[in-house]
Amino acid sequence: MAFIETRGIRQRRDGGDILKNINLRVERGEVFALIGPTGAGKTTLLRLIDLIDTPTEGRIFFDGVDVTASERVRLEARRRMAFVLQKPVVFNMSVYENIAHGLRWRGAGRRQVHERVEGILETMGLNEYRKRNARTLSGGEVQRVAIARAIATEPELLLLDEPTANLDPVSASKIEELIADIIKRDSITVIMATHDMVQGERLADRISVMMNGEIVQTGDPRSIFNTPHNRAVAELVGMENILDGTVVTNDGEMSTINIKGTIIEAVADYEVGTEVSVCMRPEDITVALARTSTSARNSLAGEVTWAVSVGPVCRIEIDCGFKLVALVTKRSAEEMGLKKGAKVFANFKVVSIHVIRRR
Amino acid sequence: MTELWNGFVKALELIVTLDPEVMQIAGRSLRIAVTSTVIASIICIPIASLIHFNQFHGKRFLVSLIQTFYSVPTVAIGLFVFVFISRAGPFGGLGVLFTPTAIVVGQVILITPVLLGLTISALSGVDRALLDTARSMGASGWQMAVLVIREARFAVIAAVVMGFGRAISEVGISLMVGGNIRGFTRVITTAISLETSKGDIELSLALGIILILIALIVNIIMNRIQQR
Repeated sequence: MAFIETRGIRQRRDGGDILKNINLRVERGEVFALIGPTGAGKTTLLRLIDLIDTPTEGRIFFDGVDVTASERVRLEARRRMAFVLQKPVVFNMSVYENIAHGLRWRGAGRRQVHERVEGILETMGLNEYRKRNARTLSGGEVQRVAIARAIATEPELLLLDEPTANLDPVSASKIEELIADIIKRDSITVIMATHDMVQGERLADRISVMMNGEIVQTGDPRSIFNTPHNRAVAELVGMENILDGTVVTNDGEMSTINIKGTIIEAVADYEVGTEVSVCMRPEDITVALARTSTSARNSLAGEVTWAVSVGPVCRIEIDCGFKLVALVTKRSAEEMGLKKGAKVFANFKVVSIHVIRRR
Repeated sequence: MTELWNGFVKALELIVTLDPEVMQIAGRSLRIAVTSTVIASIICIPIASLIHFNQFHGKRFLVSLIQTFYSVPTVAIGLFVFVFISRAGPFGGLGVLFTPTAIVVGQVILITPVLLGLTISALSGVDRALLDTARSMGASGWQMAVLVIREARFAVIAAVVMGFGRAISEVGISLMVGGNIRGFTRVITTAISLETSKGDIELSLALGIILILIALIVNIIMNRIQQR
């Protein structure tokens, strides 16, 4: 049996289902990410797994024990986990006391509490704040206290709800680094909710995509990012180019697809006539001024309709019968003079295209 | 007017010279009110937590009922306690009528609604996310209650102080079940009412000033605590 398992979880609130038929298995030592847009039910699910709330229907197993049973069983199980809430609340007391509380509640002795808290303050870089009232800390510092407080009790399962969502970029990357360290060092089981795909990709061994209270796809980050099951997942994982078309030919491995009169080639195996969505990441599309013989089988002529710098890259929109978005480096954009109105060729490999059947 | 002024001067004299009678009455008043407040707090804070932390049918009604009793007349409680502890009453055998104990019993009943109601609203002021956090950190029901009372400590202290204020300033209960017996159950408020009707304005004024001073000191202490 998996370390954490949910069976047929349903959560109703205000007459609607927030969660529907959630079946999740997380193995010991795994880092598992729940990815989905805001309101998908990630927090609700985490609260159920942490046994703060009880599901309307379904059962939750923690380390093989059905924890939908008595409050005593739930408390015992809860004391083997830790949960960092999306907007952590610190107690109106010193940072030291905040971290010590979880240990005291578990009946740890004075010396044990002292040693443990000292160690945590050190590793989390919170030593200078130890005597400060935690309410006076900044957002990033509060998040650090919340994580320190969570790992102080040496939980077997760590639940993180959008650990970096409310932070400025610098604090966010610091916190993420910290989480990565904890994962590496403590070989702890982690379930984290995030709407940041890239964060999920960086940290997780396995990802479940949640939408409207349901898990729509589960797999390793690679498969989620490269082969999303449906259009919504594709959009979520950053497939900016999603084009509707129809399969024209299929030789069993390679297909040609008609998108608004333009034919492209792709690796796909759908019957001729199938309505499909063609997904491409903007970074997989290269832009050239002339039709060159590259390994890319698809080369479409078009005109730049929009070019804008986004950090180190340039985002180019090309009209080639339909809109394509491509990312090129700033330097090559300058060299090629990619401005509005420029005539270009958009090249992309057959393997960089992901084709989904449209419903 | 001069009579009033003379009375005022003499009253100050009584206070400054620590007149034994005045000091004894003030001391007794304080002792009784503090005892009542402590007992009521020990009873009310846990009960308020129970009410706050449990969801049950009629909770809102109970809370409004408690609030209704904030302003119950002291004489009504005096009468109520009197009926119970008078010789013919169910607790007549205890022989506590006209003792400080009787006053304490009455005052505890008097301030219980205030303490309960204000403690409940103090606890309601604590962020729900804090409860979730405590629960996720493995707190049991009582550990959570202690934490929440600690988080709401200033508001809870304010509730206790309000209770004390009502206890030390009441006159109905002390008069009816204490009996205003000199050297035994005479407290500031009963003394004031008696001495005033006897025409001994000085003693009344002195005790009145002391009562106001007590209120002032309590408020200053409370402000200090809340500013921390």
